[in-house]
Amino acid sequence: MAVRRKPTKAELRRQKMEELVMYPVDWLEERSGLIGGVRYFLFRNVPADINWMQTLGSAALTAFLVQAITGVILAMYYTPSAATDPATGKPVAWESIVNITDHLFMGWLVRGMHRWGASVFIILMFLHMGRVFLFGAYKYPRELNWIIGVLILVMGMMEGFTGYLLPWDQTAYWATVVGINLNGTAPFLGPWLAQFLRGGQEIGGETLTRFYSLHMLVIPGAIIALITLHLYLVIRLGVTSPPWSKDAAGREPVEDESPARAGLTRPVPHAEPGGRQ
Amino acid sequence: MEPEQPSPDTEQESLHTEPHLPPPTLWPIGFAIGIVVVLVGLIINPELISSIGGVIAIVFGFLWARDATAELRGEPLVIEPERRETREAGEGMTAPPADQQGVALPVVPDTAVTRSRFLEGATLGLGGVIGGVITVPVAGFALLPSFLSQKQHKVDLGPLDAFPLGEWFVATFTVDPAQGEVSRRTAFIRNNGTAPDPKTKKPVPSFTIISNRCAHLGCPVQANGPTGAILGKKTVTEHTKNGKVKLDPVVPAGYGCPCHGGQYDVEGNRTAGPPVRALDRYSFEIDNGRLILLSTYSVSHVVGTGADAKIYKYKQAGPGEHVDGPEQWLYPLQPPHH
Repeated sequence: MAVRRKPTKAELRRQKMEELVMYPVDWLEERSGLIGGVRYFLFRNVPADINWMQTLGSAALTAFLVQAITGVILAMYYTPSAATDPATGKPVAWESIVNITDHLFMGWLVRGMHRWGASVFIILMFLHMGRVFLFGAYKYPRELNWIIGVLILVMGMMEGFTGYLLPWDQTAYWATVVGINLNGTAPFLGPWLAQFLRGGQEIGGETLTRFYSLHMLVIPGAIIALITLHLYLVIRLGVTSPPWSKDAAGREPVEDESPARAGLTRPVPHAEPGGRQ
Repeated sequence: MEPEQPSPDTEQESLHTEPHLPPPTLWPIGFAIGIVVVLVGLIINPELISSIGGVIAIVFGFLWARDATAELRGEPLVIEPERRETREAGEGMTAPPADQQGVALPVVPDTAVTRSRFLEGATLGLGGVIGGVITVPVAGFALLPSFLSQKQHKVDLGPLDAFPLGEWFVATFTVDPAQGEVSRRTAFIRNNGTAPDPKTKKPVPSFTIISNRCAHLGCPVQANGPTGAILGKKTVTEHTKNGKVKLDPVVPAGYGCPCHGGQYDVEGNRTAGPPVRALDRYSFEIDNGRLILLSTYSVSHVVGTGADAKIYKYKQAGPGEHVDGPEQWLYPLQPPHH
């Protein structure tokens, strides 16, 4: 073993800087374990032969985050009121949209991001769904995650339906009339569902406030919960190899009967029933 | 079973071999309910309800005191031994593991309600009750206002003189002026003169008043035919209780929907496209020589025209819902309507 050389001044300074930077990180890690959790979430092992198609899920997640952030900011300026502004004779909700688009600084941009991002979110979800289908990534043991994904897609479409009314113009109004009446033609409970969505017999101010609440509180809350479950299962079950993967094919047949089969990179440890780890 | 090497479980159990407090009792809960009833009674009905509460409190208080002083009075104390479930349990009974002192614990059936099981049940039960107490009113508030106390709005369309015999008008009006433009509706109206009342056979005023809400999905149906300016007639604007009412003369050959192309004849019968029935109609009354629109009703089809028309009336149904034929059984219960 070589004799330890005395560290130079530069090395000492560097060491000190590192300590300084790491101090808050260590502080947080020691008290919460969050750093390790984030590392566990982000720095997972994935198959070597994955490709760009497998980033569609993250892309859809990013699109949702854009919708959430722009939506929160739009909510600061939007007024969900069907009342008529006595000064102009125009509905308050519609005027607040005009104000966002034409008068507020960068309002056109944020509203545009939200408006077009809505379509991007839906399209990315469909592409992601197509990838999962074509790769066979919905098969055992990932069926439940497919179901959760479908629920997220449904919730995303409900966001589209409820958000479409908010500009409170003719397009919004008549699209919602048709959409609600479509729901109304469902057998048995359809008429009740339609009346619940309208908040009464006719579309009016209550429909607008109701759709606003659903659009920005109820459905996003459900989507966030479902995305959390979706990601949990992705982490638990791992990422699939593409169907043409030689890597995954070479590993078959597996001796271990655990769920860690073709494409599963992290074998799920067998938990003994009632055993302690 | 390895009695020589006590597992963490049995070590824990040995802590529970010390003398027990009396087992939990339900009497204090009854006592508390009695006190609550007394206090509520003081507000509502001090004589009746408070005395009932007093009786409850006294009875349960007595039982509680009796329970608590059982030991002092020398009655045999019934103590439910507290134990953890052991994994070696067999045949419904738990074998007493020998502990360090060599004192065998009494044999307890697995079904016994121990303190920890009682607390577990109580926590879950109370959680459920609290959840229910919160959920029921909130869910009711979210769902019921859409269905309860739906108002019927009468719409005043002004004096009858504005409707010459046999002429059609496109009438636009706000059903609920407080709601504003969003409650603006359109109806096609024709004065049919008089028709004999079906019961009394006396002549009564007859109007054909067709709602322009498409029976497909509720888009606004338009009259197929020339209106006001083309006919060389003036549009009448009246100011009634319902705000501005516009009456535009029209000679309709039928009605058409811009959304999905549904077509109707002049009496509102479906002639083409996706609608499932005829156009809805308004019931009406004449009040002081003014035409008043009441609620709407659904129509499967109409035979004949004008005052002689035979209208197959049904309770108001939403657009796209069949009111006759086998499909009507898909919509057995309609939500409350005005």
